[in-house]
Amino acid sequence: MSNTSLLFIIITTALVSNVVLSQFLGICSFLGVSQSIKNSAALGVAVMFVMTIASAVAWMLYTWLLVPLGLEYMQTIVFILVIAALVQIVEMFLKKSSPALYNALGIYLPLITTNCAVLGVALTNVQNEYNFSQSVVAGFGTAAGYTIAIVILAGIRERIYLPDVPKPFRGAPIVLLSAALMSIAFFGFSGLSL
Amino acid sequence: MNNKRTNPYSERIFNGLIKENPCLILMLGMCPTLAVTTTASNGLGMGLSTLAVLILSNLIISLMRKVIPDAVRLPAYIVIVATLVTVVQLLIQAYIPALYASLGIYIPLIVVNCIILGRAEAYANKNTPVLALMDGLGMGLGFTAALVLIGILREFFGAGTFFGNELPLPIPPIGIFVKAPGAFLVMAFIVAVMNAVNIKTEANKKVEGCDGCCASCSSSSDCGTKKEDKE
Repeated sequence: MSNTSLLFIIITTALVSNVVLSQFLGICSFLGVSQSIKNSAALGVAVMFVMTIASAVAWMLYTWLLVPLGLEYMQTIVFILVIAALVQIVEMFLKKSSPALYNALGIYLPLITTNCAVLGVALTNVQNEYNFSQSVVAGFGTAAGYTIAIVILAGIRERIYLPDVPKPFRGAPIVLLSAALMSIAFFGFSGLSL
Repeated sequence: MNNKRTNPYSERIFNGLIKENPCLILMLGMCPTLAVTTTASNGLGMGLSTLAVLILSNLIISLMRKVIPDAVRLPAYIVIVATLVTVVQLLIQAYIPALYASLGIYIPLIVVNCIILGRAEAYANKNTPVLALMDGLGMGLGFTAALVLIGILREFFGAGTFFGNELPLPIPPIGIFVKAPGAFLVMAFIVAVMNAVNIKTEANKKVEGCDGCCASCSSSSDCGTKKEDKE
């Protein structure tokens, strides 16, 4: 996998094997924060930010620290701690350097720590033996796929209030059904000949 | 805690298995629930791995609850859980390689399963080790039961098998149930049936989609904004 082209990676991670709709990572926030398009877009941008940086840092730590020391089995512990610390640093940095961006993303940043998609990408990159640029692109592509999925679901949910949904299906079930239909629609992308 | 039952230990198990089933009532840990339940045996494997981590993490966190300073408790819990998950991962890799291959990346992702941090925060750091252990056992069994149920349904409709055994069915299986959309479909219908027979899920009781473990789940931001909106 080490000489896969970057364009291939970005299309695969964002559309063909969409992180939410075919890998089931980040379902918590996908179902929880998709009430309005505005909030989900903000969360999406925050995830893109963190996931891209996290992939880069995780790659550096794995290649330059864990592999030379023969500690590959420590990857889960190292990655989750790095992601938690990284989110804190990004938050502090944004607060100082760009208060406007911080105000827009502020409340979402700490919550990304427990978003399993971020840890998932770091682990997948190692599994696929991606090099540095491939890891970063994969991180960005996955986050873009996450943003696409959550914004579309938010758009659907803003309209779910209008039709007369059968009573047992109100609430969580109709959202899950919408997600199922989106997931079927995203199957179409697996027909892309890459 | 409701003390109708005299024995607090069996009450914990009942609570985890039925009353506060983490998967179906609290709606926690949805990622592994939806991802690995393509067959009943995968669901069982995932459920048991989570059960093992949950029992041990509850026990250790409860034992250390007076040692860990309050300010750094979440990072401390994450380190404990991540260590246990790594141990479980290495054990599965060594002894059940087939399960390791089919669960893949979802084994290390047990670390970020809401249920584990949620129980640590909500129960284990306030109660005695034995009670916390029983709570972990109950919650883990509840999670396993839910995963096996979803796994059985998806396997039955999607592949026409039951724990890998071919069933003599008159109609061909519907392939979509073992693919990604099937997970959402089955989950939607299970919750809808529960709604129809009036079992209140946490998600319906409170803010829709919120799972009540605000410390560890990403959806808590939304709860926060919702509350502010109401005020």
